[in-house]
Amino acid sequence: MKQGNIKVALVGNPNAGKSTLFNALTGMRQKTGNFPGVTVEKKSGTFRIASANGHDDSHVTLVDLPGTYSIYPKSRDEVVVMDILANPKHPDFPDVVVIVADASNLQRNLLLFTEINDLGIPSVLALNMLDVAESMNLTVNAVQLAMQLHVPVVRINARTGEGIKSLKEAVKQITERTEKPVLQYFYEPKENEIGLINEVREIHQLDNDYVALQYVCQHDNFSFLEQPVRAKLDALIEKYGFDENNFLANETVARYEKIKPIVSKAVKSEGAIEPPYWTRKLDSILLHRVWGYVTFAIVLLIVFQAIFAWASYPMDMIDAGTAAAIEWVKGALPEGVLNDLLTDGIMAGIGGIIIFIPQIAILFALVAILEESGYMARVMVIMDKLMRRFGLNGRSVVPLISGVACAVPAIMTTRSISSRYERLLTILVTPLMSCSARLPIYAILIAVVVPETKVLGIFNVQGLVLFGLYLLGLLGALGSAWLLSLFIPRKEPSYFMLEMPSYKLPRWGHVGYTMYESVKSFVLEAGKVIMAISIILWVLASYGPGDNMNVAEQQVVASMNAAPQAQIDAAVASARLESSYAGQFGRFIEPVIKPIGYDWKIGIALLASFAAREVFVGTMATIYSISGDTEDVLTVKQRLIQEKNPETGGQMFTPAVCYSLLIFYVFAMMCMSTIAVVYRETHGWKWPMIQLAYLTVLAYVSAFVVYQVLS
Amino acid sequence: MNLNKERMSARTVSHLKKGEKGIIKSFTDRTMSLKLLEMGCLPGCEVRLDAIAPFGDPICINVGGHYSLSLRLNEAAVIELE
Repeated sequence: MKQGNIKVALVGNPNAGKSTLFNALTGMRQKTGNFPGVTVEKKSGTFRIASANGHDDSHVTLVDLPGTYSIYPKSRDEVVVMDILANPKHPDFPDVVVIVADASNLQRNLLLFTEINDLGIPSVLALNMLDVAESMNLTVNAVQLAMQLHVPVVRINARTGEGIKSLKEAVKQITERTEKPVLQYFYEPKENEIGLINEVREIHQLDNDYVALQYVCQHDNFSFLEQPVRAKLDALIEKYGFDENNFLANETVARYEKIKPIVSKAVKSEGAIEPPYWTRKLDSILLHRVWGYVTFAIVLLIVFQAIFAWASYPMDMIDAGTAAAIEWVKGALPEGVLNDLLTDGIMAGIGGIIIFIPQIAILFALVAILEESGYMARVMVIMDKLMRRFGLNGRSVVPLISGVACAVPAIMTTRSISSRYERLLTILVTPLMSCSARLPIYAILIAVVVPETKVLGIFNVQGLVLFGLYLLGLLGALGSAWLLSLFIPRKEPSYFMLEMPSYKLPRWGHVGYTMYESVKSFVLEAGKVIMAISIILWVLASYGPGDNMNVAEQQVVASMNAAPQAQIDAAVASARLESSYAGQFGRFIEPVIKPIGYDWKIGIALLASFAAREVFVGTMATIYSISGDTEDVLTVKQRLIQEKNPETGGQMFTPAVCYSLLIFYVFAMMCMSTIAVVYRETHGWKWPMIQLAYLTVLAYVSAFVVYQVLS
Repeated sequence: MNLNKERMSARTVSHLKKGEKGIIKSFTDRTMSLKLLEMGCLPGCEVRLDAIAPFGDPICINVGGHYSLSLRLNEAAVIELE
């Protein structure tokens, strides 16, 4: 076999510790992307295996395949496993497969192992969670296991890194083998299957019986087979009268019959087998009919208090720092267009991005902790019956909760929902969950309109209003799901069946990494858009068609010649903005947004934020720093409070306007990336367009009602 | 679901009380049985009802002492006990 560059794939049951092992092997050398041709997220990384002489180190590319109980996919992202393993021409086809098995539940974990083994790809079995097995009174004899399975078996502890070196060594030894050992099938094809297998093998030039059987059972999932080829396979199935369902059940039972004696020889149990003590204790509380919901509510409340109360300290510092920096640059550089572009355009835009880093970091860290600890699975259980009433599934909870961070990855996590119908409903309503991009908008408007007082001594009123907005988003999501379920017919039964992982302490390194990644992608991805739009907007707001802006300025100066200089300056700035390109644009759409309480300035921000919601605050910063008096630098919040309504002379951002804006952003689908990901996930424009239409109507009508009632 | 009516009398996992144990005999639904088999619910395996979610559904069963599986009542009703 080849040396130097080795491709390794990681497979295993969900909760067997696959991603922990992936991290232990690759450390920080990871990258995420998509598998070629499909939208399933692909995590890959590299590591090195040192050679004895120190010169011929092997470079390994490790690909993490989606967790699965068997090679027969039950959901969309599991399809990718066999799409790669049955296709030696696939760029990710591995030289070696590392199968991670949970030693505390070996019998079930070995089912997947025997299937992969029968495909004929060289494999190593990594026995993980031996400590859990021990706490359950189980001892696993790895040597005995290796002898019976005819593959290298390595004892590892993915959390502590124990055994990682031996695992690398085992991978290396396999690649150095000079001849391929004779494959020992765990499943022997039945008499009536042999004819079909031989014919498929001949047509497709396969050297393996079990791969041929996979062509028979899974060809509709294989992206590398053309339609006529699939039709031919269907004809063969017809010809031999092959009953797939029957075969699958028989195969699985036959495999377990081979596995049982192996496990009983290799695993010794002393006393009763029981899941870890703490898992049982915690479950009795967290799944309790009363305490289960109480704890869930407390957990959510803590999350929101953290985002709002704890994050406010670093945010205030960043806010003050940005204002000071802008002031310093304004003074240090000569006055002029360049100075304005740098301070009012670029720096104001950057300030609008970095201020949200603390909130995003805290949010992603908390969501990661909930997932890592095993608590998220319990939430699915206690929410399933409720979710079912709205046409959803307990599993929809994860996309919905992730939607609080960002709808794009959240919609991608819906692939684990096996029912297509429930998956579609979840996709359609997930954007209603208030994502982190809405947080900046909520934060600034709440800061303007809600007093900073406390109730019951601990709860910050601003935090409670924020909690209310998130709740409104959730209710909107559930209500819409219910309404949509009345119109979209359900074609298939719904499943739940979910493994409850034992509770674990979160791996702090992993939590930190998730936090770092999310902040990085926010600053780089969202930041790019915000920056670009800030600059474009600054240009559009600073220049106008022809000589309009100067004409407007002269008119104001002429009409106000007796007024104090500061007042004239402010009026001039405002008149100039109004006659700029951006101002005219805002004026153009004003009739549409007037009924919900917005003026042309908010209109500009609204339009700009269609690219991405988080642009709203940056846009407001740009617009108001251009129109405002430039003598002293104010924060966006102060500018909004000071903004006057030209018609009434009172505050522009009255509670009616603020709440109308808040409600609008709770419901509106103001995000191009979400539309793009829904298009990708539903394979067409139909659903994203339906979604955009119903959410826009919902947002506009709700904002209208709120504004009219409050004003 | 004529199949089920006929077997109404058979005891299934959905009939278990909290803390009660039973031994899996067979399954009454083919597609669901494959999924259950893959998740380690084999005939002859002992299960115990560990927890019932608020509102009585889904339930959590312990499979052979090894792990905890959560399933809906209609899924549990597919698993017949000895």
